Amino acid sequence: MAELLQFVFSGLTVGAIYALVALGFTLIYNASDIINFAQGEFVMLGGMTTVFLSLAGVPLPLAALIAIIVTTAIGLALHRLAIAPARGASPVALIMITIGASIFLRGVAQIVFDKTFHSLPPLFSGGPIRFGGATILPQSLVVLAGSAVIVVVLWLFVDRTMLGKAVIATAANRLAARLIGVDTRRIVDFSFAVSAAVGAIAGILITPITLTSYDAGTLLALKGFAAAMLGGIGSALGAVVGGLLIGMIEALSAGYLSSSYKDAVAFVIILVVLVAMPQGLFGRVKIERV
Amino acid sequence: MLKTRLLSAIPVVAIVIFLPLCFPSAYYYRIGALVFIFGLAVVGLNLLMGFAGQVSLGHAGFLGIGAYSVAIGPVYFGAPSWLCLLAGVMLSGAIAFAVGRPILKLKGHYLAIGTLGFGLLIAIVLTNEADWTGGPDGMSVPGLMLFGWRAHGSDSWYWISGITFVGGFVLALNLMESPTGRALQAIHDSEIAALVLGIDVARKKLTVFIISAMYASVAGSFLALFNGLVTPDMAGFLRSIELVAMVVLGGMGSIFGSLVGAAVLVVLPQVLTVFHEYEQALLGLIVMVFMIFLRQGIVPSVASVLAGWRKC
Repeated sequence: MAELLQFVFSGLTVGAIYALVALGFTLIYNASDIINFAQGEFVMLGGMTTVFLSLAGVPLPLAALIAIIVTTAIGLALHRLAIAPARGASPVALIMITIGASIFLRGVAQIVFDKTFHSLPPLFSGGPIRFGGATILPQSLVVLAGSAVIVVVLWLFVDRTMLGKAVIATAANRLAARLIGVDTRRIVDFSFAVSAAVGAIAGILITPITLTSYDAGTLLALKGFAAAMLGGIGSALGAVVGGLLIGMIEALSAGYLSSSYKDAVAFVIILVVLVAMPQGLFGRVKIERV
Repeated sequence: MLKTRLLSAIPVVAIVIFLPLCFPSAYYYRIGALVFIFGLAVVGLNLLMGFAGQVSLGHAGFLGIGAYSVAIGPVYFGAPSWLCLLAGVMLSGAIAFAVGRPILKLKGHYLAIGTLGFGLLIAIVLTNEADWTGGPDGMSVPGLMLFGWRAHGSDSWYWISGITFVGGFVLALNLMESPTGRALQAIHDSEIAALVLGIDVARKKLTVFIISAMYASVAGSFLALFNGLVTPDMAGFLRSIELVAMVVLGGMGSIFGSLVGAAVLVVLPQVLTVFHEYEQALLGLIVMVFMIFLRQGIVPSVASVLAGWRKC
């Protein structure tokens, strides 16, 4: 029982990060139909920038804040400089641009930073907390709480503000949104910026537990994309549920089956779910127009 | 019809024959061989992506099956390499047949994640079944023997892969002009419309998936025999992305573009090594610039520019 609790906690912690990455995918996809494979690099940039600023003597909270701002600016620049000029290109070409961007950001990161692994001190010092026989790192709770706060803030924003409504309108129908006066280009700008910020925060939260390096983004993008698809692309609820599910499946199969096949178990389950529900868990069924 | 198709293969034949004239060293034969080997896999993937409109982010999985067939077969069973290559093609086809039907029901990005998951599964198995595959370090591959002649050195592999590429190229052109090819293009434009026309959509998609898997398997076997070494990276996610990038960069739906895309992404990293640590950043930048300015891919974009000039 204690063992199970332990696996569930570590699964939830990693899953929360997958969920944040998946939310980043969802935000950009809803505003622009683009799958942004540079999403993992936002996470890496958040973590790495914080690490290097704090190594340079900047106090941790300030370093984290600067890292979020820098990453947000990079997200905005990605849209302005690479995605917007290619407007009207096919979805595959746009995905290729984001893959190019992720290779580019990885390449820049290994020049600006370095190629070794880095960690951050946890937000709260203090030993692991014992709970029902399982031990929980305080930072795990910080990750879970931080992710929950981000999800709630995003939900409040979309549900309660004018700008949020414009985001929903853009997601529902871009042309109609433009007709009622929504500046959809700004909305896409905005979605790239928010995705980058969410990614950076995820990176800062998880670095004390899993470490980070210049190429940490690839795997996170993969898992985040998988989570978004499992939940049903475009659904924010799906992204969160998908992320947590994949984290849990990984932790449980690593614990009870085999740690080298944990990714395999996760992907087999994704394949089975998609074959049974080709739209993901919470995705809308699309009707093809002829 | 047949004549025009054969005509369009002439430039490719000419490239294979005359390119070595400007090779100053054996190193260039090696790069040439790699371009044709990757070109072969990319032609196959282009049939699936460019003509049928079905994305696969897991095609390196078939590359891996082909590669490990010529590694495991000769080492553990003493079978000749060429037989193992054929067995690998059959195995790839069989696996594509088995997984194709459920996976190809998925559409768009869901198909992308489905194929991605499938490719990862193969890579994970290759990494973890260390007793058979040597694990993450991979295993060495015995050289190819054909009728007592040992394929050795970059120049012989240049000719083997060049000739095979021409074969694969002509085969792909023929396939696209066949009723199946036309059906695939109809599916690309609209699955429902194709269905209404009486095309067995699921079956045609499965057919082209199997064919493209076989192309990738041959390329994987060649790559393994040529390098004399296989590692699970061969089947990895980044390899799959690389193949897709070659298709998109060269031009989706352009068979000749497949060769161009493969050439760009094989040659570019070699050229960029002069820039040492800036290599990756430059590679990413160039891919982005290509896709922003030549968004239909190199060959179709250049072709439409040339067509525009002719009109003036």
